[in-house]
Amino acid sequence: MLDWPLSKIIFGRLTWESFPIHEPIVFSTMVVVVLLGLGIAGAVTKYRLWGWLWREWFTTVDHKKIGIMYMILGIVMLLRGFADALMMRLQQAMAFGANEGYLNAHHYDQIFTAHGTIMIFFVAIPLISGVINFVMPLQIGARDVAFPYLNSLSFWLTTAGALLVMASLFVGEFSTAGWLNYVPVANLQNSPGTGPDYYLWALQIAGVGTTLSAINMVATVIKMRAPGMTMMKMPVFTWTALCSQVLAIAIFPALTGAFAMLMLDRYVGTNFFTNDLGGNPMMYWNLVWIWGHPEVYVLILPVFGIYSEITATFSGKALFGYASMVYATVVITILSYLVWLHHFFTMGSGASVNSFFGIATMVIAIPTGAKIFNWLFTMYRGEIRFELPMMWVVAFMITFVVGGMTGVLLAVPPADFVLHNSLFLVAHFHNVIIGGVVFGLFAGMTYWFPKAFGFKLDPFWGKVSFWGWVIGYWVAWTPIYIVGLMGTTRRVRHFDDPSLQIWFIIAGIGALIILVGIVAFVIQIAVSIKHRDKLRDTTGDPWNGRTLEWSTASPPPAYNFAFTPVVHELDAWFDMKTRGFKRPNKGYRPIHMPRNTGTGVILAGLATVLGFAMVWYIWWLAVLAVAGLFVVAIGHSFNYDRDYYVDAADVKLAETERARLLAGEG
Amino acid sequence: MLQPFLALTNRLKCLLLGPLILLCVACDRAVLNPAGDVARQQRNIIYISTGLMLLIIIPVLILIVVFAWRYRKGGGGTYDPKFDHSTTLELVIWSAPLLIIIALGALTWSSTHLLDPFRPLDPVAAGPEAAAPAAPPLRIQVVAMDWKWLFIYPEQGFATVNELVLPVNRQVKFEITSTNMMNAFYAPTLAGMVYAMPGMQSQLHAILNRPGNYEGYSANYSGAGFSDMRFRLRGVDDAAFGAWVAQAKGAGRTLDLDTYRQLAKPSEKVPPALFAAVPGDLFQRILERCVEPGTPCMSETMGHDRPDANHPTTSGAGAPMPGHMAMPHPGKPVAASRRSSAEPQYPDYPESN
Repeated sequence: MLDWPLSKIIFGRLTWESFPIHEPIVFSTMVVVVLLGLGIAGAVTKYRLWGWLWREWFTTVDHKKIGIMYMILGIVMLLRGFADALMMRLQQAMAFGANEGYLNAHHYDQIFTAHGTIMIFFVAIPLISGVINFVMPLQIGARDVAFPYLNSLSFWLTTAGALLVMASLFVGEFSTAGWLNYVPVANLQNSPGTGPDYYLWALQIAGVGTTLSAINMVATVIKMRAPGMTMMKMPVFTWTALCSQVLAIAIFPALTGAFAMLMLDRYVGTNFFTNDLGGNPMMYWNLVWIWGHPEVYVLILPVFGIYSEITATFSGKALFGYASMVYATVVITILSYLVWLHHFFTMGSGASVNSFFGIATMVIAIPTGAKIFNWLFTMYRGEIRFELPMMWVVAFMITFVVGGMTGVLLAVPPADFVLHNSLFLVAHFHNVIIGGVVFGLFAGMTYWFPKAFGFKLDPFWGKVSFWGWVIGYWVAWTPIYIVGLMGTTRRVRHFDDPSLQIWFIIAGIGALIILVGIVAFVIQIAVSIKHRDKLRDTTGDPWNGRTLEWSTASPPPAYNFAFTPVVHELDAWFDMKTRGFKRPNKGYRPIHMPRNTGTGVILAGLATVLGFAMVWYIWWLAVLAVAGLFVVAIGHSFNYDRDYYVDAADVKLAETERARLLAGEG
Repeated sequence: MLQPFLALTNRLKCLLLGPLILLCVACDRAVLNPAGDVARQQRNIIYISTGLMLLIIIPVLILIVVFAWRYRKGGGGTYDPKFDHSTTLELVIWSAPLLIIIALGALTWSSTHLLDPFRPLDPVAAGPEAAAPAAPPLRIQVVAMDWKWLFIYPEQGFATVNELVLPVNRQVKFEITSTNMMNAFYAPTLAGMVYAMPGMQSQLHAILNRPGNYEGYSANYSGAGFSDMRFRLRGVDDAAFGAWVAQAKGAGRTLDLDTYRQLAKPSEKVPPALFAAVPGDLFQRILERCVEPGTPCMSETMGHDRPDANHPTTSGAGAPMPGHMAMPHPGKPVAASRRSSAEPQYPDYPESN
């Protein structure tokens, strides 16, 4: 071993003690993960896939492939986040009276922090980004997003953040300060370890990715719609994606600013959020919730779009009240900025301020209610095909309405005073996030999977997954609502009152049923890949869709559309079909496309190194990483070889093949 | 032997009988079975709001199921693919939630003002059995520490840890702060929670109407010892309260500086304790973060150019939110004059937060 100070200079505060040698649970997880990683790396090497991975995926700027990678990232992180959830359920089901459970406070606090952080920042956001990335350009008849290289960079930066969070599991520790890294717990004085630093660096890096991605998506919707697609002819999903990403652009700077100030507090010794010397922790709460509440709508709005598309398609009708749906979305977008204070009515802002924010919150229920009615009347006089995506929609409507009701209840300040920070609140937001966002993402994945891969997902395992999630949700969260009404507070590791235990056991059973749903989803994908020939869709339009993405092949060619579609009506593809659209089979022209680049993945790699170095106070490495970031970014600006043309002959080849498939000669 | 099993099956039965029954399962407990008038009114607001919303939620739930069944493919329902707009229907679907929200908004505005924790209870809110509603409220200073609750009874001059005893039917004014972590003072049977924040003072006015033993919680996660940071809440009649005060004052230990330092160190699962005497300015010093001799108090450092600069030892307690109120407001003489009064007059809202 090297002596201080050389080892300190080289490794910062990283020592052997930073590895979880004394924590058997974490250590065995680490061994499993390392073995798994080595196994995958070995397999990739054995089958000589590194080159293919690098060329086709790591360096890709194709919005469809980036979308798929976002989905993979989100699903992998969902497994991690759900493992945290199971551990919490087990702890709360057993830790009563003399039984302290199997997790100590330090470990338990990290788990609930990591669970929230991962589920929002590294599951929900990537999955939403993934769906928007994949679907939106296809829906507006574009060949890619506005800034393809930026898109690649955004994805890899999000992945870099996820990597840092995962690293914190095995090297050092994660934050114990709750999913928004609340001060005063996260202040240097109260948490001198690496936890809050991991949190801050992971989220800052991922946050840059999310902001850049949002800018990219907004620019794409504004500038790259097919000719004829006016704003009020955009598919609803595109509308909701636009509103969601506009929101994201507006709010992420607030979060970045709050985190930056906390970083200064922790690294430089400023006093923005400290208890003493003029700092004010409550300012941090305001700033993170100015981000936090609109963020809910960043997630739920695109999902509302997914439900709209699916309901219309599977009811065999145009969406009821398209215009009011659009206005509702825009109204929600604006109102969502005006409600953040309802996350801390109990801070004592005074009755008038509390009333304002409470009533503003309730007002959001009006456009949201209108949306529910619009879906309802889309189903009305329809011919509803209850395939998997539509089943998710109905489950969503029933579940979400209840979650909406408890949400409005919590918006009444006097009711909030007794229910705030209780498990009732926790049940409420899981009700809307699982019942809204998660159900919608599964609906969307099932709906657009055939578009991405050319074959449908296996319906049997899909139904198992569906019932696992839906039944599991209700079994897991109804008891949590009840114990919340009994006054049980959140983030508690150990209880005294034995009469509560039964509810936590039921909740644990519910979590296991959800586990069945998750496992069935993974099996569903494996089974579908195995039986892909049987599930193959050669039409490109397996559900009798209404929007432009269904007009091209499945999977779409890199250039998406051989000819840019011209839009005359809402539901452009349905319009084309009813007018007897014939695919052109000649006159192909070369197509201008962006060229792949490795800059995004390299920059993100350097950002990961920078984050890790800063967390561990390895200053020399941080300096090198920053220098590397500058050199690579500036170097990339001198790279003029950024585009290429797809040969007209190649386009013709691909399109003729598609014509052959469509004619049933496949 | 069978009892737990029976209890389990009973509960499982309840679980199957829908949300209304579920509310009843919980209704013998804390939030839905309050012992104090504020909590009772808060519970009633939960019931009224839920009822109002169910007016629209229940029809919607029924319609979802009915439409999903009626218009399934092959179910024989009318198929009208052109039905995608109806101005009348859209008016209805926007105005129905709007009406509910107007009603709920009115309820919110009035109840939020009526039940503002900073506002003293008025005679009606104090409950029908309240003895002499005009009597001054009992003052109790609440300090969230890492990880135990310190209750100071300033008028009686003693303090307790993790045990709060209240005379029933008498209004209590809690003055709440924290030493380090942020927390929330929460006795669900008594009233809703209020944050305890370092360097700030929040308030809660409440009344306990039913004698008994209740639980008090920490409702805002505050670090490692958070889970077991609970307190006992006991409601007793006046005579018993007097006896308890006498007993507490004879307890012997004094909360002097050394004892306080000892107490302020992070500790978990702290058993209830009594301190017979406590310095009169302790709460103010905790609030202004100057318990240690020699540390400057916030009102001194932040308002030293103020004409009536006060110091906790010279001014009366109760200056709300010194972190903000004590800031110099050159253009706002109102704030300065309000500060100079020993006890802020009602209404006593913090000016900013």
